Amino acid sequence: MQADTALITKSEAPNALPKAATGIQGLDEVTFGGLPRGRPTLICGGPGCGKTLLGMEFLVRGATQFDEPGVCISFEETAEELSRNVASLGFDVDALVAGGKLAIDYIFIERSLIEEAGEYDLEALFVRIAHAVQSVGAKRVVLDSIEALFSGLSGESILRSELRRLFRWLKDQNLTAIITAERGEGSLTRHGLEEYISDCVILLDHRVTESVFTRRLRIVKYRGTTHGTNEFPFLIDSTGFSVLPVTSLDLNHSVSEERVSTGVASLDDMLAGQGYYRGSSVLVSGKAGTGKSSLAAHFVNAACARGERCIYFSFEESEQQVVRNMRSIGIDLEQWIERGLLQFRAIRPTTLGLEMHLVRMHAIINRFDPRIVVIDPSTAMLNSSSELETRNMVLRLVDFLKSRQITALLTTLTDNDDSVDQSGMNISSMVDAWLVLQEVESSGERNRGIFVLKARGTAHSNQIREFLLTGHGVELRDVYLGREGMLMGSARLFQEAKDASEAALLRQDIESKELLRERKRRAIEAQIAALQLELESEEQETQRLIAHQELERKQLEEDQLAMARSRSVNVGASEDNGSKGRMAGGRK
Amino acid sequence: MTNVQHAPEKREDNVPVGPSWDLRLYVAGQTPKSLTAFANLKRICEEHLAGNYQIEVIDLFKNPQLAKGDQILALPTLVRKLPEPVRRIIGDLSNTERVLVGLDLRPRGEG
Repeated sequence: MQADTALITKSEAPNALPKAATGIQGLDEVTFGGLPRGRPTLICGGPGCGKTLLGMEFLVRGATQFDEPGVCISFEETAEELSRNVASLGFDVDALVAGGKLAIDYIFIERSLIEEAGEYDLEALFVRIAHAVQSVGAKRVVLDSIEALFSGLSGESILRSELRRLFRWLKDQNLTAIITAERGEGSLTRHGLEEYISDCVILLDHRVTESVFTRRLRIVKYRGTTHGTNEFPFLIDSTGFSVLPVTSLDLNHSVSEERVSTGVASLDDMLAGQGYYRGSSVLVSGKAGTGKSSLAAHFVNAACARGERCIYFSFEESEQQVVRNMRSIGIDLEQWIERGLLQFRAIRPTTLGLEMHLVRMHAIINRFDPRIVVIDPSTAMLNSSSELETRNMVLRLVDFLKSRQITALLTTLTDNDDSVDQSGMNISSMVDAWLVLQEVESSGERNRGIFVLKARGTAHSNQIREFLLTGHGVELRDVYLGREGMLMGSARLFQEAKDASEAALLRQDIESKELLRERKRRAIEAQIAALQLELESEEQETQRLIAHQELERKQLEEDQLAMARSRSVNVGASEDNGSKGRMAGGRK
Repeated sequence: MTNVQHAPEKREDNVPVGPSWDLRLYVAGQTPKSLTAFANLKRICEEHLAGNYQIEVIDLFKNPQLAKGDQILALPTLVRKLPEPVRRIIGDLSNTERVLVGLDLRPRGEG
């Protein structure tokens, strides 16, 4: 997907054609630097396609941004008209004229007021241009639109040779010029000016498809340089031109390690405790009423509180509606709008074509330079275009936001919870984090659940949390997970109460059992003590008996000794001749 | 357009001071075309407006700023400042018929 839109690769020869930056949003990107410096560029297109405005913006930006004064030779509008027309784009032409940065010369030709009588040339035109160029030291010239000469004067061959001379003269003067011309039937310009201006030709176009107006720009030719070959949608709004490059990103945008809070502490916890990555794109998908906008509002609220600028693109609700709704959950977005930190852009998706939306969003983002962009819901675009186109558009937008390190939060509305891809438009692969809001219906009520389906580079929670919208914002609760399955809402509360009472019962049970055991232990201990006592007394008895018997044995010995003494005369003799005595006794 | 056809005579009666035909010839340097144009103009004026005209030759190389005021684009350009309305004729004025038509000295459609 990235590859086929990344048609533009930035490769330019080192000795490339010198270019004059236009300063026009996007145009310098698709031309890789601007228009050929010191050469004329042909801008052609039908009436009302913005040729004059492009020319004027080229001059005004040249004078204000690049210090290159300019000259506008207008064949169609007076200086006052021109000044008034571009004032709506925020350009103060009169001030530039007064400051010597811009000269406007209105050349009026009316065929009926001019009689041709003989040979002539356009030397006076040269004189006038040269005079105007000199008066401001111009580097840029716009001729708008020189074809008026063809309707004002009849000698076509004279005109052609004079124009050829004019364009050569412009080159000799080293002026970067824009020549506008009306588009012709079957040719780029009605009078074939493309014959003379061959360095750079840009075609502007506007068309209505399915009642939707789209402006497009195409670089038909740009000699000696690479350029985007596609049709680029563009927009003319209150700040001028914005051309939308098909993609200006080649997937090498820098990535940030910085984290930004989701605005919901418990959701941050689910995302490794820190929230989204700065510059990442986050998708929040869910059915209607699951709280996508609320989550977005939290994010915006937190960002604004940090002092970051945010843009909230709302495609379904008006600014007041969102502000009111968010107030009901305790988020005051109005304070940020008043402080200029939050811009609200409520756009009906059907009012503009898809590309116009994109160009417009680009322009708004470029102007406001936000850190955070919310698109709510991005699926709203589907109304105005096909799914593939919408997907491409969202991709382009996501790429653009990434290249600008803007954290994007996109919401998508899904039809059913159980589809394979709940993002609604298969954009899930483009985003870095994906939060899914789910509705869980049970026991007569609908509850919201949230889980992180993916979060690139984050050790995210794999759990489903209950998502509560309270008067003080979004709260996430751990859902009940137990024998009864996953429970939410009052079922969860009931189950939790039930669990609590069960736990209490169990606790009592345990306590009584412990008591019993204690009692038993004491009884056994008492028995042990009694036995011990018994043992001791038995031991004492035994010892007493032993002592008694010892005493008896000693008495006996003493008695025997006394007996022996009394029976023998000489105890000592008998002892000395004991054997003799026994022998004698034996013989007896 | 033709209501001023006879204006010179009337003016001659009413305004005796100064010529009633005030003509300006814009050129850029002494080119063959500008010399031809001046010669042609002089001849036509002598033939049709003898004694009642004045010609001012403006060289835009010397006074480029003057081109803007009279909306000069092509050269040479003859501008009839008086009598009013202002008329412009471009070219070297070699087509006398067209010059006369352009100066309202001959009604349109005849030449």
